[in-house]
Amino acid sequence: MFGAGGGTSSYREVAETDLLILWGSNARETHPIFFHHLLKAVHRGARLYGVDPRRSSSAQWADTWLGLDVGTDIALANTIAREIIHAGLTNQTFIDHATTGYAEFKASVEVWTLEEGERVTGVPAETIRELAHAYARADRAILCWTLGITEHVTAVDNVLSLINLALLTGHVGRYGSGLNPLRGQNNVQGGGDMGAIPNKLPGFQDVENDHEARARFERAWGTPIDPNYGWHLSQMFDGMERGELKVAYVFGENPAQSEADTKRAQELLGGLDFLLVQDILMTKTAEMADVVLPATASWCEVDGGTVTNSERRVQRMRKALDPPGQARDDHWIICELARRLGHDWGNPTLEQAWDELRSLSPMHRGMRYDRLEELGGIQWPCPSEDHPGSLFLHGRLWEEGPAQGPKAPFSITTWVPPVDELTEEFPIRLTTGRRLDSYNTGVQSNLYSSPMRRGETLDLHPQDAFKLDVEPGEIVRISSRRGSVDAPVRLDTGLRPGLAFMTFHFPEQVAVNLLTIDATDPKSGTAEFKATAVRVEKLDGAAKEVAGVAGREADT
Amino acid sequence: MNPIVLPMAPPAPATRLISLTVDEQPVEVPEGSTILDACRKLGIDTPTLCYGETLMPANACRICVVELEGARTLIPACSRKVEPDMVIRTDSERVRLSRKMVIEFLASSVDLSITPPAQDYLERYDGRPERYGPSAPPDPDRDKRRAGHHERPDGQTAATVHQPTKIDNGLYVRDYSKCILCYKCVDACGEQWQNTFAITVAGRGFDARISTEYANPLPESACVYCGNCIAVCPTGALMFKSEHDLRDAATWDESRQTRTETICPYCGVGCNLTLHVQDNEIVKVTSPADHDITRGNLCIKGRFGFQHVNPKA
Repeated sequence: MFGAGGGTSSYREVAETDLLILWGSNARETHPIFFHHLLKAVHRGARLYGVDPRRSSSAQWADTWLGLDVGTDIALANTIAREIIHAGLTNQTFIDHATTGYAEFKASVEVWTLEEGERVTGVPAETIRELAHAYARADRAILCWTLGITEHVTAVDNVLSLINLALLTGHVGRYGSGLNPLRGQNNVQGGGDMGAIPNKLPGFQDVENDHEARARFERAWGTPIDPNYGWHLSQMFDGMERGELKVAYVFGENPAQSEADTKRAQELLGGLDFLLVQDILMTKTAEMADVVLPATASWCEVDGGTVTNSERRVQRMRKALDPPGQARDDHWIICELARRLGHDWGNPTLEQAWDELRSLSPMHRGMRYDRLEELGGIQWPCPSEDHPGSLFLHGRLWEEGPAQGPKAPFSITTWVPPVDELTEEFPIRLTTGRRLDSYNTGVQSNLYSSPMRRGETLDLHPQDAFKLDVEPGEIVRISSRRGSVDAPVRLDTGLRPGLAFMTFHFPEQVAVNLLTIDATDPKSGTAEFKATAVRVEKLDGAAKEVAGVAGREADT
Repeated sequence: MNPIVLPMAPPAPATRLISLTVDEQPVEVPEGSTILDACRKLGIDTPTLCYGETLMPANACRICVVELEGARTLIPACSRKVEPDMVIRTDSERVRLSRKMVIEFLASSVDLSITPPAQDYLERYDGRPERYGPSAPPDPDRDKRRAGHHERPDGQTAATVHQPTKIDNGLYVRDYSKCILCYKCVDACGEQWQNTFAITVAGRGFDARISTEYANPLPESACVYCGNCIAVCPTGALMFKSEHDLRDAATWDESRQTRTETICPYCGVGCNLTLHVQDNEIVKVTSPADHDITRGNLCIKGRFGFQHVNPKA
């Protein structure tokens, strides 16, 4: 929407803002050091709003918790927008100067009265009103989100609906006001920066529409570049299903366990003509591969790579350990692979590869290695070698005179409920996420001994556990329309009746992604990990029989 | 009305310079600086133990005291802000005696064997902790002491804070025989950084010790194993289990260790890690105190989640 995809604010601003909304994020556990910055603000007297179906350990720090029903984010955002408009709290100067499409947007949210918002989201009208007024009236306000916003079929629209709020109030492009997705992996931002997304060249230059950029890359690389958008991960799996994608080269990822609807993902990976996996550890996906290339750990066994964090800061990684056995650096393997395929790319160092990137990506141009070193990392954009990097983005929206660059468009976003419907047969909403001491499918994190680790559990509200007549620690069967798993019950009063929670850290113990739905957002390809309809059954004699039948149904 | 062009960040308020005299030398430091800052600017080596770069001064150890002309008592350099025309003496007879007393009492009651500055201070101030007599026999029940249960010492031995080393988890060890009650771990765990509040000071007077609630073992406490207490501990009372085991086996050797700065492999916050490596194995992880992202702090994954790259035992 604003071109380059990245958080607009710095951590420093988070600590100095007046109001924070943490939406669909349990940063206390998933981004603990970011949460330190946030708590600095809270101790200074900033207000914190937590928007999350769970009263998570982050939401417990909030002044006000908005416990919305899973997948009703757009409904809540649109209700907040309408309330801001009707209360006359919009920043009209900013809207006139820097945005487009306000009138249409205003008309589109007209149906979202506080009462309608309460009916759909489950959040009391008065609480929605409180957040709307506080956000609009704050001098500085920062909105942060994580996968609670993006792991839905409406992933992109969810984000756009939050951006609308910042455009209404002018809470973007200023010190202490911004919009920030908290990145889940140490280089997920850098992957985007480097063009490891289907529609962009490095530096967020569009492969289809930015002809000049494409020509620049073609000249530098001496080869034509396919001008069409590629496939994102979900489209690749669809391509496998259609038999169009027959070979996969997977590195640093474990899709055999991390993808929603594991059963389908594993079948499709197993049906490939050739699967090449490059990883530092023998993952489940690597076990399925025809060839495994052992790689070095880029964060401590390789000298000179970079990663980009959630405040757009590019930082250097360095070698501390000699790699084991025959493990080779990723960039060495890729160049060697190219050589065997008939392309001699030489043996570039990572710094040489980075310098090529700097010559092609304007936002990285000033980030010489010695400057990254000297400044403790640099935040993009950094267009020249005397530029200090950018504390926040989109200051141009506030510049006087004619607009600098395109105006920011409001987006019309339509609420649709999650795909996996709650019915009498599947009455409980299961949502998934991380815990503090573990990480994704546990490939790295399960190898250290955490005193807090308790393995996979099905977290239930005590009221649901009472209704189901199950005790903490009791193994129950959890079934969705795609499969069943067994897991012990744990009680969590931070949940609400009808809402259950599991992680996906222990796939060897409980393959939670057998349950999740691979319905994906057509715009981003993100699967709806956050909204699965399940049934929970007690495993006594009679229930076991029923569960057996259900298991067969789920198989078909 | 047109929107205005905004500066990238609000300008820092202009700071005044404050002039004072330390040990007969004039010095100017920005308003808000401490006497310790002024001493450091002049290259005057002022001893500190409870002071931490990333923490508010706790004023606990009193080893940094200096003499301020016109003041009745000695004042702690680490916390007292400079004022115009202060006249400070850092090496007067009174200051030296006070520092000697502090380091002697600490050394007689606490195991300072792996606190290198303490040995230095003992020498510098002619501290002779042995003059308080041999150490009293260790009390295995120090955690159970209650106010008023104190027995009068016999004067023949030096009371100590000794208690058995606590090894109740696989990540870090607490040896409170080495604890000088500087409060740094409590402050790092509490509202200054981690906001977990798993530990605090229990007991009164000489019975005071750092404790979890009801002295529970860590796995039954509120601890989240960020290790931010270890990062600020000045005496080795809090220590990585890996360091503790190597020290036990007498194979801990800092001269053979490298320190490498890199970025944490887990979430997207981008925390800077310093990997301490001995014999191609990560033996400890810290974070630079002067980096804006972490200020020396990490979470359990960044601090302890490195086993996947260490050789299998």
